[in-house]
Amino acid sequence: MQSSEFALNTVPKLLIHNAATIGRRPAMRHKDLGIWRAWTWAAMLDEVRAFSIGLAELGIERGDKFAIIGGNRPRLYWAICAGQALGAVPVPIYADAVADEMAYVLGHAEVKLAVAEDQEQVDKIIAISDRLPQLTRVIYDEPRGLQDYDHTRLISFADVQRLGRKKLANDRTCLQQWEAGVAAGKGSDLAVILYTSGTTGRSKGVMLTYDNTIISARNANAFDRLDQNEEVIAYLPLAWIGDHIFSYVQSYAAGYCVNCPETPDTVLDDRREIGTTYAFAPPRVYENLLTLTMVRMADAGPLQRKMFDFFISFARRWGEKILDGEPVPLHARLIYGLGEFLVYGPLKNRFGLSRIRVGYTAGEAIGPEIFRFYRALGINLKQLYGQTEASVYVTAQPDGEIDAETVGRASPDVELKISETGEVLFRSPGVFVGYYKDPEKTAEVRTPDGWVHTGDAGFFDAKTGHLKIIDRAKDVGRLEDGTLFAPKYIENKLKFYPNVREAVAVGDGRDFVCAMVNIDLTAVSSWAERNNVVYGSYQELAGHPLVYDMIARHVDEVNKSLSQEEIMAGAQIRRFLVLPKELDADDGELTRTQKVRRGFIADRYASLIDGLYSGASEADISTEITFDDGRKGIISARVAIRDMRPYPAPAAAVATGRAA
Amino acid sequence: MRAPSATETRGEVLLAVDDVSLSFGGVRALTSVSFDIRKGEILAIIGPNGAGKTSMLNVINGFYQPQSGRITFKGKARTAMRPYAAAHGGIARTFQNLALFRGMTTLDNIMAGRTLKMRRGFFWQLIRHGPAMTEEIKHRQFVEEIIDFLQIAAIRKIPVGRLAYGLQKRVELGRALAMEPDLLLLDEPMAGMNLEEKEDMSRFILDVNQQYGTTIALIEHDIGVVMDLSDRVVVLDYGRKIADGTPDEVKRDENVIRAYLGEPHA
Repeated sequence: MQSSEFALNTVPKLLIHNAATIGRRPAMRHKDLGIWRAWTWAAMLDEVRAFSIGLAELGIERGDKFAIIGGNRPRLYWAICAGQALGAVPVPIYADAVADEMAYVLGHAEVKLAVAEDQEQVDKIIAISDRLPQLTRVIYDEPRGLQDYDHTRLISFADVQRLGRKKLANDRTCLQQWEAGVAAGKGSDLAVILYTSGTTGRSKGVMLTYDNTIISARNANAFDRLDQNEEVIAYLPLAWIGDHIFSYVQSYAAGYCVNCPETPDTVLDDRREIGTTYAFAPPRVYENLLTLTMVRMADAGPLQRKMFDFFISFARRWGEKILDGEPVPLHARLIYGLGEFLVYGPLKNRFGLSRIRVGYTAGEAIGPEIFRFYRALGINLKQLYGQTEASVYVTAQPDGEIDAETVGRASPDVELKISETGEVLFRSPGVFVGYYKDPEKTAEVRTPDGWVHTGDAGFFDAKTGHLKIIDRAKDVGRLEDGTLFAPKYIENKLKFYPNVREAVAVGDGRDFVCAMVNIDLTAVSSWAERNNVVYGSYQELAGHPLVYDMIARHVDEVNKSLSQEEIMAGAQIRRFLVLPKELDADDGELTRTQKVRRGFIADRYASLIDGLYSGASEADISTEITFDDGRKGIISARVAIRDMRPYPAPAAAVATGRAA
Repeated sequence: MRAPSATETRGEVLLAVDDVSLSFGGVRALTSVSFDIRKGEILAIIGPNGAGKTSMLNVINGFYQPQSGRITFKGKARTAMRPYAAAHGGIARTFQNLALFRGMTTLDNIMAGRTLKMRRGFFWQLIRHGPAMTEEIKHRQFVEEIIDFLQIAAIRKIPVGRLAYGLQKRVELGRALAMEPDLLLLDEPMAGMNLEEKEDMSRFILDVNQQYGTTIALIEHDIGVVMDLSDRVVVLDYGRKIADGTPDEVKRDENVIRAYLGEPHA
């Protein structure tokens, strides 16, 4: 195999190259039965090749589509590469997708074969298989519970590898043929189709070539100087572009090791055992970690709590300056050092972030307070703005140029501009080929000269020159009196409070702003325990008057902070309510990446929104919910509504308001 | 809902209770109770409060010695079982009120269930080297498979005293499974659980039965769960057996209906 950089234009070629050059370095680890098991690049090549040849034996050919359904397990990542080696196109699917969603994607992508994690996923596929005539084979990784299933179309991962190994042993030309097949791959070949969860309507299949993903991955590796010594943990959905680039393509391009956790519940412990050096997570992960910490600290003894509070507030004052290398007085450095020993170090160790060099948050705007909290501890957390259509990277913050409210500068090779309507557009080598079987949608999003509409409203910050995202362009609205209303901006302020899990602000075209709040069960139930609040269900807790009092205090503080910002002062929350059920992706209220689907929620909770604007003191709601196993039920509730008193806007704003 | 493979091995009598009576002073806990537990089945023992269900389990694994009657386990008849003999013979159980080592981790609790399988002497165990180490690794692997099976990896290193009740129940089941029992006795495995925990536990009980072919005898209050789960049901009332059959047969039995609806006992 040629080893010049130029020829390494597909992921399978990178695999063969890595096995030859850094074959004895770890490529992947998986914690199984309590023990970390490792595969070197050479061992991984062996596994991938066996499976790949097995797939060929099952009749997979160049151009075929195959689905990957399940969690972060080595064999599923190998399956992606194994299929790519044959020129087939992987279609990763969200593991928590319900059968209907899955049927749509499998049908739309014309998937011929599916690699599923376990019985749960196999059952889902079987349930929809009569709608999918072209799906002829299902391969499973975990055999548990599947022994008694009809195996005419079902085959285990190990058996497919056995097929491949047998063929390799019996047929001398087989290895050469397989390598020739890999060599025949071109950079312009279709590498993967990723279905975006989409905040509106049916998901769209984003087609990316190897040139898209590999160039993006190489640029990202160079930007943060990532090499084969990095350790990352793979715990995000395989169907998300972030995971595909970060846990797959970047790893192959840099040669670093990807660690698969034991179960989704053990990620925190697994991360601590590995000591990841590079991390990539949506804000929610950082929020949950912080919430968990705050809850635990509330239960800690008075001495620990005092110590924690003192050093955290000290870190908030000095930590970021020390991290950014700004001049800091000696005594601050000394106390920070002591804090590192007593609080920050142990805390980072708990988070599994002791060895972290670079951490990114992406996917959504992060609350500035949360962002600063991590940076204050000395964690180099940075913001990144990306899209599936860009192979992730649009902008990123360079080291030392960090601002809590911006998303950074254009990534290498990326051009940026802002349209007249305030929408952000970009052009880069990572720009997708198009939406699968949907040229109309493609044309809507990508201009003929290659610019992509992001759908996000933003502007370049005058002070830093960084891009600043306000909200989804279509979500930014105006109140009836013309005041700017950016719902996500308000929601993020609310979500900073550990007691608030999710918030939905409404107000476009209305007289004033209202909010619907989802409590965080972990935080609020712990609070309830400490305050002797008795409740029987989520619904009862959410409707408790003391919980309302607590949320009202948070809303009041948010209003106060909004009142201090000139353009936002008019958009203070006048009325709010606490939702009686958790917003859930299974009910279509959140996307699979846990973003709020505002339009859908507005329809579903119309009776509550009417109540908010009618001036009533309570409203009724009756709505359908979907349980984890797909069954449906009805939840009905009477929800109380609270009025809030807005703060006066700053003098200047009031004056201009009057003048206008 | 059951796979055929589990039914095929069923039929042979694993344990026979024959005319067993037990009394504490003047209180008759069990009166001439007889029934069989057949290999590979899930047998439920039900009955109103104070019917003698737990006493029955205690007789089976030797906590109580009946005054009369016979227990035949694996073809060997005796008047009374001894706990040690029961454990060695392959009978494991869980308890109504949990009997875990609360200060020990999930892992250690389940490892404790392997004690009977350890072959190396005290001295070797103490220095944890050579053959004892090899043995420990083997047992640990078995225990890890149970942890994986019961999906409790996330609580492996947490002291069980800090776990939610439903999880503690699962750990206790894990410890019983660690003994690789031929007969598993479960005393109210779902008491005090919410619906979701009950569904999980039912799933695990079925999986244990199916995957390891373990014979299971369980006591349960929740009649709905019992009817879905078990192959056969034995009904006790005031220490007597009043019915014995498939869930459907038992559901229609007049004696059972009378016992549960609480008609005055003449």
